[in-house]
Amino acid sequence: MDAPHNQSLVVGQDRPIRLDSGIELGPVTVAFQTIGRLNEDRSNVILVCHALTGDHFMTGTNPITGKPGWWDRLVGPGRVLDTDRFFVICANVLGGCMGTTGPRDINPETGRPWGLGFPVITIGDMVKVQARLLDALGIDQVFCVIGGSMGGMQVLEWAAAYPERVFSAVPIAASYRHSAQNIAFHEVGRQAIMADPDWRGGAYHEHGVTPHRGLAVARMTAHITYLSETALHRKFGRKLQNRDSVTYGFDADFQVESYLRHQGSTFVDRFDANAYLYITRAMDYFDLATEHGGRLAYAFRDTPVRFCVISFSSDWLFPTVESRAIVQALNSVAANVSFVEVDSDKGHDAFLLEEPEFHETLRGFLAGAARHRGLPATAAGGGG
Amino acid sequence: MNAPAVPPTTGTGPNGELRIDLRLIADMVTPKARVLDVGCGDGALLQYLARVKGVNGRGIELSMAGVRAAVRRGVSVIQGNADTDLADYPAGAFDYAILSQTLQATQHPREVLGHLLRVADRAIVSFPNFGYWKARWHLVSKGRMPVTRGLPEEWWDTPNIHYCTIKDFVVLARCMDIVIEKGVALDEDGRVNRLSATGPWANLMSAQAVFLLRRDHPPGSEPAIGGRRT
Repeated sequence: MDAPHNQSLVVGQDRPIRLDSGIELGPVTVAFQTIGRLNEDRSNVILVCHALTGDHFMTGTNPITGKPGWWDRLVGPGRVLDTDRFFVICANVLGGCMGTTGPRDINPETGRPWGLGFPVITIGDMVKVQARLLDALGIDQVFCVIGGSMGGMQVLEWAAAYPERVFSAVPIAASYRHSAQNIAFHEVGRQAIMADPDWRGGAYHEHGVTPHRGLAVARMTAHITYLSETALHRKFGRKLQNRDSVTYGFDADFQVESYLRHQGSTFVDRFDANAYLYITRAMDYFDLATEHGGRLAYAFRDTPVRFCVISFSSDWLFPTVESRAIVQALNSVAANVSFVEVDSDKGHDAFLLEEPEFHETLRGFLAGAARHRGLPATAAGGGG
Repeated sequence: MNAPAVPPTTGTGPNGELRIDLRLIADMVTPKARVLDVGCGDGALLQYLARVKGVNGRGIELSMAGVRAAVRRGVSVIQGNADTDLADYPAGAFDYAILSQTLQATQHPREVLGHLLRVADRAIVSFPNFGYWKARWHLVSKGRMPVTRGLPEEWWDTPNIHYCTIKDFVVLARCMDIVIEKGVALDEDGRVNRLSATGPWANLMSAQAVFLLRRDHPPGSEPAIGGRRT
C-alpha cells in the first residue's frame, strides 16, 4: 500500500497567475498530498478540495498536529475514496498557511512577509492554482472533484470554469454564493483578529508576536456555526467542567465553554491569522450566479459534468435550500445531477464525521460514475 | 426541507428481476433515449434502462431512502417532488418522461401531466385503476374504501390522494389534447390482458393500466398547463 505523499511544487514561474483582482502573482508554491497510483491513461484522479481551515493533509497523520488527516476516514485503501483504485490529490489552497503561497510567506520583492500586502484572492484564484498544479502533473482531466463547505465552492468553480477537465463533481454542504449570514459570521471573526493589539495591522510576524487571542475568538465563533443545537446539547448540555456548582465568576464553568476555549487555543497553534482573513474573504466574494450574468444556470449551460450534490439536514451554515438551488439550476439546463439530503443532527461538520448514509451515497455515486468513465468496477488485483 | 418518511417503492422482485409493469414501460422506450423517471423509487427501472437500452436517464424521487438506494445503484436521481420540481426542467429536455404508479399521489395530476409532456416528447404513465371490479365490489358490498392488492393501504394511511379510473384518465387526456399512442391494461399480477385499454371492459376488468402519450400540438407551442407551483 502506498502511503500518503506530502510534497510541493512551484507553478506560475514563466507565466504568472492572473488573479480575479487583476494582479499577477507568481511564482506560487503549491503544497499537496497524493495517495494511490496514477493509472496509465491518467483517468483515475480524484481532486479533493479542502475547507476554510483545512489543509492538504487529508489522510494519514497530519505532521503539524500529529492527529489523523481531516478526511482520513474517507480516503484510503478500500475506503470510499478508494486509493487502491484512485489517485487522490489534495492541495493546500492559495492564501493558505500550510505550504502553499500565502500572506505568511516572504514577498520576493520586499524580502519581508507579505502580511496585508498579499493580494486579495478568490475561490476562482484557488482553482486556477490547482489547475496549474494539474498541468504540472500532466493531468488533463480529473475523474472527480470533491469537497465540503469551501471545498464545495471550489468544486462548483471547477465545474463552471473547466467543464472539460472535470468528469464528475461532488459539492458537499456548500453553496454557489456565500449568504449574508455567513458573511456576517466571517466579519465577526475578522474583527476579532483585527481588534487584537498583537495583530499590528497585519505585520505581526515582523514584531515577533501573533494575535492569538483574536484568532481564537474567531475560531470559537466559527466553530459554533459548524455544529447544531442538537449536537451541542447532546455533547455538553449544561454540564459543568470539573466542578459541582457554578463559581459565580467568568471562569469556564460550563463544559461547552471549556470545549470552545480548547478549540480556539489549539487552532492558533496551527493557523495563521492573516490567512484566516484572506480565505474568509475569498468565501465572502464567491457568487457563481453574479459571475455568470446573474443566473446560476448560465454557469452550467451544456455542462458535460455528472454532479452529485449532498447536503445535511441539520446544517444551518450551508442549509439544504442552498444545495437545492444548485440542483434547480442544474435541472434547468438538464444537467446530469443527483441530489441527496443526508439526515443528520451533526450540523455542517457532518461531512467530516462518521455518517454511514453519506458515505454509502458517495460510494454509490463514485461507482456509477466510474462505470460511465470506463474505469474498472473494482480495484485491480495484484496490489498495484 | 425534510422529505416525508414515505418508504420508497421497490422496482425489483424477490430475485432482483424488474417488476412486470416496469418491464412493460421499459419496452416502450427506444434505445439511447433521454429519459426522466418521475417517482423513480429505488431506481430499478432507470438502472435497467441504462444497462439494457443504453438510455441517458434521470430520476426524481420523494423518499430520501429511495434516492439513496438509487444513487447507490449509480443512477442520477434527485430528491424532489413531481408537483414542484418538474417546473425546473427546460422544455423538450427528454424523449420520455415516465410516471409510474405516482400520478394518483400527486397534488395536481393535471399540471404534472402537462409538465411531463412539456419536458419530454412522450410520456409513459401507469396508475392503479379505481374502476377495477374488486375496488367497485369492495365499495358496494362493504361500503368502505377499497383495500386490494393494487391499493393496499387504508384510506387514512395512503399516499394516494387522487384516485382515478381508466375512463377518468382517458377523459382527462382528451381534455388536455393528449394523444394516447398506446394503452395497455394489466391484471393484478401486472400481466397484460387483451382488453382494449381505452374500452369499457378494461376499466372494469383491469387492476392497472399503462399509457404511452404524446402532445397533440406542433413542437414548440406550449401545452395548456397551469404552471402552478405549490
